[in-house]
Amino acid sequence: MAAYLLRRVALMVLTLFGISVVIFVLLRLVPGNVADIIFDAAGMINPAEKAGLERQLGLDRPIVVQYGAWMGGLLEGDLGHSYVSDRPALEEIAPRLPITAKLAGLALAFSILFGVPLGVVSAVRQNTAIDYVLRVLSLSGLSMPAFWLGLLILMAFVAWTGFIPIYSETPQSLWDEFLVYSVPAAAVGFRSSALVMRLTRSSMLEVLRQDYIRTARAKGASEPAVNYRHALSNAILPVITVIGIEAAFLIGGLIVTETVFNIPGVARFLVEAIRWRDYPIVQNLVMLIAVVVVVVNLIVDLLYAVLDPRIRYGE
Amino acid sequence: MQRRSRLFAAVGAAIALAFAAGPAPSAEPKQGGILRIYHRDSPASASIHEEATYSANIPFMGIFNNLVLYKQDAPQNSLQSIVPELATSWSWSADNLTLTFTLRQGVKWHDGVPFTAKDVKCTFDMLMDKSPQKFRKNPRKTWYDNVTEVTADGDFQATFHLKRPQPALLALLASGYSPIYPCHVSPAEMRTHPIGTGPFKFVEFRQNESIKLARNPDYWRKGRPYLDGIEFTIIPNRSTAILAFIARKFDMTFPTEVSVPLLKDVKAQAPQAVCELKPTNVNVNLIVNRDKPPFDNADLRRAMALTLDRKAFIDTLAEGQGDIGGTMLPQPQGVWGLPPEILRTIPGYGPDVQANRAEARKLMEKLGYGPAKHLAVKISTRNIPVYRDPAVILIDQLKDIYIDGELDVVETGNWFSVVARGDYAVGLNLTGNAVDDPDQAFYENYSCGSERNYTHYCNRDLEKLFDRQSMETDLEKRKKLVWEIDRRLQEDVARPIIYHIRAGTCWWPDVKGFTMMVNSAYNGYRFEDVWLDR
Repeated sequence: MAAYLLRRVALMVLTLFGISVVIFVLLRLVPGNVADIIFDAAGMINPAEKAGLERQLGLDRPIVVQYGAWMGGLLEGDLGHSYVSDRPALEEIAPRLPITAKLAGLALAFSILFGVPLGVVSAVRQNTAIDYVLRVLSLSGLSMPAFWLGLLILMAFVAWTGFIPIYSETPQSLWDEFLVYSVPAAAVGFRSSALVMRLTRSSMLEVLRQDYIRTARAKGASEPAVNYRHALSNAILPVITVIGIEAAFLIGGLIVTETVFNIPGVARFLVEAIRWRDYPIVQNLVMLIAVVVVVVNLIVDLLYAVLDPRIRYGE
Repeated sequence: MQRRSRLFAAVGAAIALAFAAGPAPSAEPKQGGILRIYHRDSPASASIHEEATYSANIPFMGIFNNLVLYKQDAPQNSLQSIVPELATSWSWSADNLTLTFTLRQGVKWHDGVPFTAKDVKCTFDMLMDKSPQKFRKNPRKTWYDNVTEVTADGDFQATFHLKRPQPALLALLASGYSPIYPCHVSPAEMRTHPIGTGPFKFVEFRQNESIKLARNPDYWRKGRPYLDGIEFTIIPNRSTAILAFIARKFDMTFPTEVSVPLLKDVKAQAPQAVCELKPTNVNVNLIVNRDKPPFDNADLRRAMALTLDRKAFIDTLAEGQGDIGGTMLPQPQGVWGLPPEILRTIPGYGPDVQANRAEARKLMEKLGYGPAKHLAVKISTRNIPVYRDPAVILIDQLKDIYIDGELDVVETGNWFSVVARGDYAVGLNLTGNAVDDPDQAFYENYSCGSERNYTHYCNRDLEKLFDRQSMETDLEKRKKLVWEIDRRLQEDVARPIIYHIRAGTCWWPDVKGFTMMVNSAYNGYRFEDVWLDR
């Protein structure tokens, strides 16, 4: 296991190095830099002033030198300064991280809490009215874009309650936080929950036909025990994989959801930073996302071993 | 000359007197409350002098004062609506080459440092690029091309020395784009933590989140501002922002950010809201790169101008809510706009679109184009709807004269780089004028070598007329010169104006004392007279 872990960590470092190079180069291949964008807002370009700004920001240095400076800074814990706000990148990113983390966590919780039990119900009640309803629900969840659903929710709130559940000031209590994040989390988690529900259902249907389920029933196990202890624990493995992948892909849904619900998290901030070509913000945020994805993947792989005693790494 | 200077002095004194009397309040204003406005996007910085968008003006104008300012409760900006602010009065020299301001005493910057004439000199030295302290970018440097020097004569007098008379310099100084900056604060600090003398103090600017201002209790104008503060919440998503306004999360929409269809939506869902649709002095225009063949041919450019059906643009895009005119904003909202009787005589402005297009086709046929030989061209524009939508209509209209346009959308941040490099053949552009005065519009957009002269139109004879109108003190004579220039700009297809945009602002009825200006979207946001009736 230790050897496996070491191998995985080494691979992670290599992957992250590759990502850092790709991100760094790709960003600079996109036409225009922050100086162009800043002058564009003024409707004019003064070549001397623009060159001065590029010099001031170090954009006139060779790309290898710029990359070296970024990596060197990262190793020392210095993420650089935002080109736009002139504040340390860490100070810009850090307060936004918990906001997105809470939203993502809640969305993921929503998708698991709804997706798994409803998937089980749908499988156990196969071809009944409730199964049909749940299947239609899951299909609509998969086909509805998060931004559209978000806007629909906002419109419904305003029309029916006169209240709009958007983020406009920092929540002061846990309850406030729940109120602020729950609606957007539901909007972004709806798609994931639909996916989880469908996958749980198909996986459960396969498991429910196995001999050991029949044996369990023959031994007199109750229906909940059969469904949850015997069937679900075996059917959950592919679901866990998908949840891991979904957690990584959640960032895409969060970008639009944070925009629609005006949540000042890192996802929306990343889009703005790309628009401004604010390299220090984009580079560090993308690296952070890459780290999260790689780590989540590792955790999912390790979870397999916990959930399925037959799987043993490094043996 | 003496007569002129007396006229200048008389106008100045009369305006100063009018300002001292103050506007008659319509109801007894109440103190207190936070005005909540949503903001359309995050400005690059808080430094008004370094920005060229009202995304910066609107939230930060309340922090500052100018020497003079457009009267905040007068909807139309004009030389007659200019009132003193940090200046108490002004006077012109006999030769009209020096403009002297007497400054208000006892004014303090928000950090407690006294305001003096040195601050005025510092501000304009930076704007004229004569200071060791530099702005990161200086988009309005050309406004002060005619100023040779600004001197501080003691602590409370500042003098502008001009190369030639320019009565409209006051119009530029009265804009929201002309705040006085403190000498003792660096341009870099002003970008992140601006210090002013204005009615509101800067509290916080969180990029992409919010901008907060608080009442300045030591404001020199006693009893102002009425509000305890102003909070701008940055909501880039327009649908969310409008819904939030309808749900009364905000007292006011971002000024001039409500389009015609959205305005109807707001009125349908919030009938009590006060909504005004006004011209913004932003126009949609056609830019043709006259350095790039075959567009170096004047007849081809003329044919393109002739094919424009301006009314169709307005009807399709703004449900008929727009204005047809030349470079200067049409009257009555605009001060200098071409009168209809002159406008009608300009090629392409006549009511018979088919006749115009027949003439355009003849010109194209003379150049060898026809039903069998079309001219293929890319129509470049910025990748945002307000640019893209009219570009699509333009492509459709150009088809009538054998031009096959292909839409070439340029990523929004690169638009002006592309245009400045001349890396386009035909484009659709928007031009905003902060001040409804020919001195801003003509020099900035049409003078030879100007950074904003995107089509590189250069007519030295016309430039002499620019100077003549600029020096003219008689309003009526100046108007005639301006009309002559505007007419020639349109005839020369310098940058054909398609139409002038109108845009809406909404607020709830308990917001009082806000006046939406009709000929500029940049000058009416001091907010010191705004109060909440709660």
